Formats: sequence, structure tokens, C-alpha cells
Amino acid sequence: MNNIFVYLEIEEGIVADVSQELLTKGRSLANQLGCKLEAIAAGANLATVEQQVLPYGVDLLHIFNDERLSPYTTLPHTSILVQLFKEEKPQICLMGATIIGRDLGPRVSSALGSGLTADCTSLEIGDHEEKKAGKTYKDLLYQIRPAFGGNIVAWIVNPDHRPQMATVREGVMKKEILDPNYKGEVIDHQVNDYVKEEDYVLTIIDRHIEKSKVNIKNSPIIVSGGYGVGSKENFDLLYKLADVLGAEVGASRAAVDAGFAEHERQVGQTGVTVRPKVYIACGISGQIQHIAGMQESSIIISINNDPNAPINAIADYVITGEIERVIPKMIKHYKGNTK
Amino acid sequence: MAFNIIVLAKQVPDTRNVGKDAMKADGTVNRAALAAIFNPEDLNALEQALRIKEQFPGTKITMLTMGPGRAADILREGLFRGADDGVLLTDRAFAGADTLATSYALSMAAKKIGSYDIIISGRQAIDGDTAQVGPQIAEKLNIPQITYAEDIEKIENGKVRVKRRLEHGVEIVECPLPAVITVNGSAAPCRPRNAKLLQKYKHAKTITERQVEHIDYIDIYSSRPYLNLTEWSVADVNADPVQCGLSGSPTKVKKIENVVFQAKESKRLTDNDAEIDELMRELIENHTIG
Ligand SMILES: Cc1cc2nc3c(=O)[nH]c(=O)nc-3n(C[C@H](O)[C@H](O)[C@H](O)COP(=O)(O)OP(=O)(O)OC[C@H]3O[C@@H](n4cnc5c(N)ncnc54)[C@H](O)[C@@H]3O)c2cc1C
Ligand SMILES: Nc1ncnc2c1ncn2[C@@H]1O[C@H](COP(=O)(O)O)[C@@H](O)[C@H]1O
Repeated sequence: MNNIFVYLEIEEGIVADVSQELLTKGRSLANQLGCKLEAIAAGANLATVEQQVLPYGVDLLHIFNDERLSPYTTLPHTSILVQLFKEEKPQICLMGATIIGRDLGPRVSSALGSGLTADCTSLEIGDHEEKKAGKTYKDLLYQIRPAFGGNIVAWIVNPDHRPQMATVREGVMKKEILDPNYKGEVIDHQVNDYVKEEDYVLTIIDRHIEKSKVNIKNSPIIVSGGYGVGSKENFDLLYKLADVLGAEVGASRAAVDAGFAEHERQVGQTGVTVRPKVYIACGISGQIQHIAGMQESSIIISINNDPNAPINAIADYVITGEIERVIPKMIKHYKGNTK
Repeated sequence: MAFNIIVLAKQVPDTRNVGKDAMKADGTVNRAALAAIFNPEDLNALEQALRIKEQFPGTKITMLTMGPGRAADILREGLFRGADDGVLLTDRAFAGADTLATSYALSMAAKKIGSYDIIISGRQAIDGDTAQVGPQIAEKLNIPQITYAEDIEKIENGKVRVKRRLEHGVEIVECPLPAVITVNGSAAPCRPRNAKLLQKYKHAKTITERQVEHIDYIDIYSSRPYLNLTEWSVADVNADPVQCGLSGSPTKVKKIENVVFQAKESKRLTDNDAEIDELMRELIENHTIG
């Protein structure tokens, strides 16, 4: 009772990264609160889910196995969560701020009348005082998220309604196996006790999933370009540098919007969050929405012709100059020093 | 065949163009310094509705917005582009609503409008970027939802077929009406204002606007009823005041912080060869790269 629940997103039997990241976060919150961590797997082809998730420290895994639950559609998954939550009364429910999580989360919160905070960048436990009502609350979930286009950070709490629901984007939390032999319990539920026939109203006629070709999230070195790169052709310079360094190419939103780079490469609040060993920002001014997605990089190198570009403030190395001149020299001297 | 469509549109501060003066010294947002605009994805939503109307003459599009009096601008913008009617949901008791209280109020207004076939909203509003209101309304009205819609492809035999934009691909889905559809920014952009409609509706006003503006051509509102924008309060839509506004919002803002980043001590270089050579050597030597 009153445990932490993580909704698992599953595609072809594989639990999504974002769900694994949330299990790690959920585990640490559960330790702090002294409660259990539970996970929900609804779909088909769930045989290996247990092996995949228990090592994150899942105490109880709820399985809902039915061909009709995969691919995901809104209403059956909503019915499962709503009824399970009525029975189990979780204090916290976490899901990915993905297309599925952002489709399912609000529907469930609306049915339960509980609060939901989207796209949290940090989750913490703490107390809260409602001054007007003269009430204090112990151990609430602080749901911390950027607001107003990233210009401010808001701390949200749900004092009186349960579960406290939050979604988090992929890459924001870190995943970490707790114990490969963690002992958790698995419960196989009767799907028909939860889902009504009418819930299957939506038919998927066709579905094209393209495996993403770029994987900037896991690259230890990222060469990232902004609007200052100037053109799609100039982005080739970045690809060349990335090639010699064994890096991936990232981009700011302005560069993506201008068509210099694909959307999957976008770093920042509305793109991917990255924490590589080295982040080389080329012609990126460093607006908060961009910095929000790369500030935890271990080493930041900024190349900018404006010595006062905001990104320089968080950079370890600032090269003041034109990228057209600087990048070829970096390639040349990298090669010169590795031979 | 003709349909009744409700388009949900919100007036939002233009958070995409936040200048320095838009932040107060205490780190809070100075809303007054931000232009109020038609939420971008709600324009995509309106375009989808207008396309249905073109395909099925007799279709009626009602714009619905909740907000302060000036949000009536949104209704007029809708009329200028081809919507048929506008409803402003406004009341002190709606103030301070989070997404749940907002969806409750809007769902009560939708019930009052009644006989809707499709409710179309934007995916998300740029002031909060939550994307919650559409699905929350669908739940409250107990009808299906299709989120992240990019194109409403067809309506046939009481079913709507929609192309959705997923993270890594697309999905074509079909569900029976009535339904809520939330439209993505990648959908077709909204057509511009139509000059004739602009002329026709430029004096469209809510009752409050008419009262405060002392309009002397007041008689036009009785001769041209289409210029009357509907204005509803909590009581008008039979809403429970406790479930509206701040009191109906489970989420509370505990505090607001300015965004601060840890400034670092940085090493400054120019683009001269010797300095770049030195940098590359340093990075290779300490195993940062290479
Ligand atoms: C809700 C919201 C979400 C957002 N999400 C994101 C996000 O996820 N990611 C993101 O990146 N942005 C995001 N943005 C946009 C963000 O606010 C900025 O507009 C964007 O990051 C700016 O990109 P930029 O630095 O490439 O462009 P600019 O700000 O135009 O900067 C270009 C830089 O290039 C330099 N430059 C020009 N020419 C050269 C040259 N020849 N050599 C070297 N330097 C040169 C200039 O000095 C300047 O510093 C978001 C905005 C909003 C409102
Ligand atoms: N106050 C409002 N009035 C009308 N529509 C709204 C309102 N708030 C949200 N919406 C609709 O719901 C969508 C999602 O909003 P949000 O959940 O706030 O991101 C918006 O794009 C609008 O279409």
C-alpha cells in the first residue's frame, strides 16, 4: 500500500530506456520514503520483462499480458491503471514524458482526480506547508520542472490527492542496475478483470516505426552545431570533426528549425538531454533551453565568434573565432597529435 | 453529412520570445511584458476543423476558450478564419486552474454546447507545455481520444481516421465519434484570416466587451446576432465551483525559481594555430579525447 509505481513502456518485449531510468529514480525515492517500488507491464510478449526490470530493485511487478494490449492504445491501458490504483492506492506514479506517457498520464489523472506534472527535470522528497490552511505535509514529492518556455523553474506539489503523478523525459534521470539478483515478486493479473470490451474502440490501421539512426544520447563526445554554423553545407565541417573524434553530431533548435540538422539531433529542453564526456558547442549562443539539455557534460568547449556568448559562462574552454577557421584547425591538430 | 466541431483554443503569453524585460528582478515572469497570442498548435487544430467543414458543408465550428475577458480575441481570430461561433468561459472562480480544473471547466462547457461530434484541441499550450487538457477532457466526457494528430484523413460511417506523429514514425488509427483529437505542430499550418470574414466579424463582441466599450452602434447586435459572442460563467455551465480554479486544482506551485547555471572558470583561446594545437594536445594527454 502507498508504494511508488512506475508504468513501463514496452515495445516488442523490450522495456524503454526512459522506464528503466524511472525505475532507478523510483528505487531511490522508495528508499527515502521507506516504501516499496512496484512496476506495471501491460502488453504482449512480456516473458523477459521480469529479468529486465527486477534488477533495478522492483519489489512487485504487475503483469497484464494480452495480445490486444500491444501496440499501446489509450483506453485499455487507462482502465488497467485506474483500477489498479484504486486497489493499491499508490502515493506516487511515474511515467515517461513520451507520446505514450503524455497520452496515458492525463487520462488516468483525470479519472482519479489526481494531479499530474509533465516533463519534470528533477524529483525530490520534502515537506510542505500550506500557510493559509495552516497545514503541514510530510514527505511530498517535489515535482520540479521548467515553465514559461524554460525561463523559470517551478516546484509543484500535490498535497491532498493521490497518487502524485509525474512524467519525465528520456535521458533526464540516470539508469543504474541495483542488484542483478534482486528478489521481487511477480503478479500475473487477469486482464479481463480490468479492461472492458468497449475499451478496445480504437483500431490501429497502420504503423511505421523507424528505428532511429542517430544516437546522440549515448555518445561520449558530441560536436553540436547552432544557428551560427550558417548552413547545412557548413554542418559538414562538424561531421568531419565528429568523424575524426569518433563523436556524434548534435544541434540546437535554431539549427534544426533552419533545416541544418535532423530533429533527432536536437539537444535541450525539447530535445534530448545529454551528458557526454565532451560537448563541443559550435556557433551556439547558449539559451537556457539549450543549456538545460547539456549542462552536465563533463567538459564543454565553446566555439563562437562572440566572446560574450552566454554559453561561454559554462564552458571549460572558450575559443573565440569563426567555426569555418577553428574546426579545420582542430581536425588538423588532432591528427597531428595522434600520429 | 455535417458535424458539430468544438475547437479548443487558448490565449497564451508568447513564451518563445521572452526578452530580458520579461523577467522581473525576483525571477518571476512579468506577464504584462509578453504579447498574448493564439496558442500556435491551436491554430493547427483550427485548420483541421476548417478542412472538415470544407469537406462536409453545414458543419459548424464553435471556438471555445477559457480565460480573462481579453481572451475573446481568440474567438474573433477563429471567426476571421472560418469558425461559426465563439464561446468565452470566464469567471473569477476559474482563476488559478491547473490542467485538471481547466479540463473540468471546459468539459462542462462542452456539455452545455452539447451534441458535439469532434472536439479538436492543440497538442499543448506553450505557457505550460503540458499536453494534458485534451486527454483530461476526453476522460471527463467519457469518449475516446487521439493525441499527436497530424492529419484527420477521413470521416466515414461514424468513424474518424487520423494520422498520428510518433517519436520514431507514424500511426494511422481509427475510432468512433464523438472523440477528442489533439493536433500536433507538424500538422498543416492554419490558413490566414479571410478578408470578407474579417469585415463580417470585426465587431463580434462578448456582452462584457459591449458594456465596457460603450459602443454606440449597439443596435447592430440585435440585427446581426452572429456578432454576439457567448460568455459563460461557472453557473452558466452548471459547474461545481469547488472543482474549478484554484480549489479544484490538485497541483500547487510551491515556489518559482530563476534559472541559474553554475558559471565555470574557463580557459580562453583564440583561433591561432599554436593555441589550438596546445588545446588538442592537452585533451589527448588527459584522455578527454582520442
Ligand atoms: C519552449 C521552448 C523550448 C526550446 N527548446 C529548445 C531546445 O530543446 N534546444 C535548443 O537548442 N533550443 C531550444 N529552444 C530555443 C532557444 O531558446 C534558442 O532559440 C536556441 O537554442 C538558439 O539556438 P542557437 O544558439 O543555435 O542560435 P542563436 O541564438 O542564433 O546563436 C547563434 C550563435 O552563433 C554565433 N555565431 C554566428 N556566426 C558564427 C560563426 N561564423 N562562427 C562562430 N560562431 C558564430 C553567434 O555569436 C551566436 O552566439 C527552445 C525555446 C522555447 C521557447
Ligand atoms: N484555457 C483554455 N481554453 C481553451 N482551450 C484550452 C485551455 N487550456 C488548454 N486548452 C486546450 O488544450 C490544449 C493543451 O493544453 P495544455 O494541456 O495546457 O498544454 C491546448 O492546446 C488547447 O487546445
